[in-house]
Amino acid sequence: MFGLEALDLARMQFAFTVSFHILFPAITIGLASFLAVLEGLWLKTKDDTYRDLYHFWSKIFAVNFGMGVVSGLVMAYEFGTNWSRFSDFAGAVNGPLLTYEVLTAFFLEAGFLGVMLFGWNRVGRGLHYFSTVMVAVGTLISTFWILASNSWMQTPQGYEIVDGRVIPVDWLAVIFNPSFPFRLAHMAIAAFVATAFFVGASAAWHLLRGRDNPAIRKMFSMAMWMALIVAPIQAFVGDAHGLNTLEHQPAKIAAIEGHWENVGNEPTPLILFGIPDMKEEKTKYAIEVPYLGSLILTHSLDKQIPALKSFPPEDRPNSLIVFWSFRIMAGLGMLMIAVGLWSAWLRWRGGLYTNRLFLTLAMCMGPSGLIALLAGWFTTEIGRQPWVVYGLLRTSDAVSNHSVTQMSITLVLFVVVYFSLFGTGFGYMMRLVRKGPKTHEGAEATHGGPGQTRTPARPLSAAHEGAEEGTADLTKGN
Amino acid sequence: MGIDLPLIWAVIIIFGIMMYVIMDGFDLGIGILFPFIKGESDRDVMMNTVAPVWDGNETWLVLGGAALFGAFPLAYSVVLEALYLPLILMLIGLIFRGVAFEFRFKARADKRHIWDKAFIGGSLLATFAQGVALGAYIDGIPVVNRAYAGGGLDWLTPFSVFCGLALIVAYALLGCTWLIMKTEGSLQEAMHKLAKPLALVLLLVTGIVSIWTPLTHADIAGRWFSMPNLLWFMPVPLLVLLSLYVLLKAVSQRAHYMPFIMTLVLIFLGYSGLGISLWPNIIPPSVSIWDAASPPQSQGFILVGTLFIIPFILVYTFWSYYVFRGKVTHEDGYH
Repeated sequence: MFGLEALDLARMQFAFTVSFHILFPAITIGLASFLAVLEGLWLKTKDDTYRDLYHFWSKIFAVNFGMGVVSGLVMAYEFGTNWSRFSDFAGAVNGPLLTYEVLTAFFLEAGFLGVMLFGWNRVGRGLHYFSTVMVAVGTLISTFWILASNSWMQTPQGYEIVDGRVIPVDWLAVIFNPSFPFRLAHMAIAAFVATAFFVGASAAWHLLRGRDNPAIRKMFSMAMWMALIVAPIQAFVGDAHGLNTLEHQPAKIAAIEGHWENVGNEPTPLILFGIPDMKEEKTKYAIEVPYLGSLILTHSLDKQIPALKSFPPEDRPNSLIVFWSFRIMAGLGMLMIAVGLWSAWLRWRGGLYTNRLFLTLAMCMGPSGLIALLAGWFTTEIGRQPWVVYGLLRTSDAVSNHSVTQMSITLVLFVVVYFSLFGTGFGYMMRLVRKGPKTHEGAEATHGGPGQTRTPARPLSAAHEGAEEGTADLTKGN
Repeated sequence: MGIDLPLIWAVIIIFGIMMYVIMDGFDLGIGILFPFIKGESDRDVMMNTVAPVWDGNETWLVLGGAALFGAFPLAYSVVLEALYLPLILMLIGLIFRGVAFEFRFKARADKRHIWDKAFIGGSLLATFAQGVALGAYIDGIPVVNRAYAGGGLDWLTPFSVFCGLALIVAYALLGCTWLIMKTEGSLQEAMHKLAKPLALVLLLVTGIVSIWTPLTHADIAGRWFSMPNLLWFMPVPLLVLLSLYVLLKAVSQRAHYMPFIMTLVLIFLGYSGLGISLWPNIIPPSVSIWDAASPPQSQGFILVGTLFIIPFILVYTFWSYYVFRGKVTHEDGYH
């Protein structure tokens, strides 16, 4: 297909399915913790605004969770079907880490999700809050294992190679490998920030339409506090992650910076704009700021960073892609910090909930966290090429032996199915967002719950009522 | 040698797949039976009988995949590569029916039929693909130097296609007897009528698979038809006939629970027969569970967690079935 080889198609297929998938867990991680905070604040302050917000966001959480589950099922099999040489080579390390994810996270989430979504009037407040917290903890445990697995592939340690395969010798070293703490922190915070901007944009949409009530103000305010405080923390963690990458994967940093060679002892400039060209081995049309590369990456004015030409051509990642994916991520990150600062200014001087220019910006920034998160993953995953297990196994040696025809058919199938089905599901989430929080929800016993006449006990069905009422509200509103 | 870790892991995975086959079997079966029932409200009832439990059922499939990866990476890599297309089609079928479950109740009345079709199509596709994968697995997967040594379409044989069709019948009978247990009135009556022909067709296809397998695989034939094995294994086909007889009798007496229980026994016997044919190979016909095992450091590491956590999972699962026990009726507006 289009002159691509089976390897390219396998990489595209994995990139497509995993990119689609990661969006759902990212929102799940953020919303689960947000919901735990909302319920905790409600129990503490008895302010019913928090309870109304809890019910509003738990419906959106439910739809998102369901889509995460079905898209995740594919991932559990794709390592074997598409990357069988990798599975055999590293299965002794990556297999157990994924097994632990299923055992400790998926079943924990499944066990408490029912009570969280449908048990509001069936169990006491304390037990319900405990369930919400358990679901949130489950999402973070899942993040822990999946990032341990990914980080080990980036910075492997605690293993030995016997008969051409990896054997774990020290599980603590395997799990707490050098890049793991940075990657875990960076991803968990990314999920929180992405969710904060999604929540903030939803509130801004309502405020711009004149639907101004305490619940909407509250969620907008909470989202903007997150933007103000957590976005700068993310920049700090990202910087530390970058230094860690420089230490363990210098070729990745050289590619991100489009930095081809070091001249004498000159400090490394930062290239703001340019088109890295892998064939000509240079970055064209570069706009450089002297010293800044050294300053950011070595925190000094004289040290150099490694250059791409110091690595053999077959060991270089594609600089053109990671140069730009990194700049998209970092650029959006700075924009997010700016939004946080502007919100603080407006909070201080007044107009946080009424400044239309700011509200419009906040609304447009809705998907910014998710885009930045994808751009970041593209940077780190393409940047570790040509290795799938860094320094140990090349991606080209990891792939299953499938024909181009087979890979083309399945890729097209995935693209069609994902866009149509998850597109429908996403539209459904947006319908819930448009509806907005309503007051006094959950104050009285509702029908449903296990053992009752109406017994929804699955994620997506919780959203059912919400969506229908949402459309009804909208028609009334118009 | 102390603890035989590969043996323990083989038992855990066999148990997990058994849980999956039984639990997702009846809920896929309901999708397969959908075309036989036209009434909108009867279809609602059919879906409502499994709606609270189906996602939990599929979690066993995720566990199966992950545990195979962790405990038998060689089998995970070779078998999944060999069965690439049927497995991808299975996953796509499961996605379709999974979302159809939910979207069907949310769609506007005029769009509902789309999700009915997605539910039927997804269930059929997932079941057929599982059966084909099973057939190709029994047929054997060539391995050279720890890698799959066959072609991309080797899985496609008359035998594997026949297994795909056979599994559709098996899941349909599971779904049918499940509905006998969980419903009443005209829907239950329709299922009682359907059970007998389904059971007889299942006997026929099981018989064909049981003859076809040893005819084409001398090693499997040798295993069954040599002395003293024959004496040990003889109870399996005899029990199949006995449980089928009990099943048919229970159906004609319009019993509620017995048909489902007997179908479970039948599936269990079929599964045991399969085990006898293949044991101890995890990649038939020649790679054993010991050859494919990950190192003891890996199997031991996950065993600790698994033995601790699986009991909790079982308690939760049984509890949720207990909560949703009893008949589902038209009045039980599930949604």
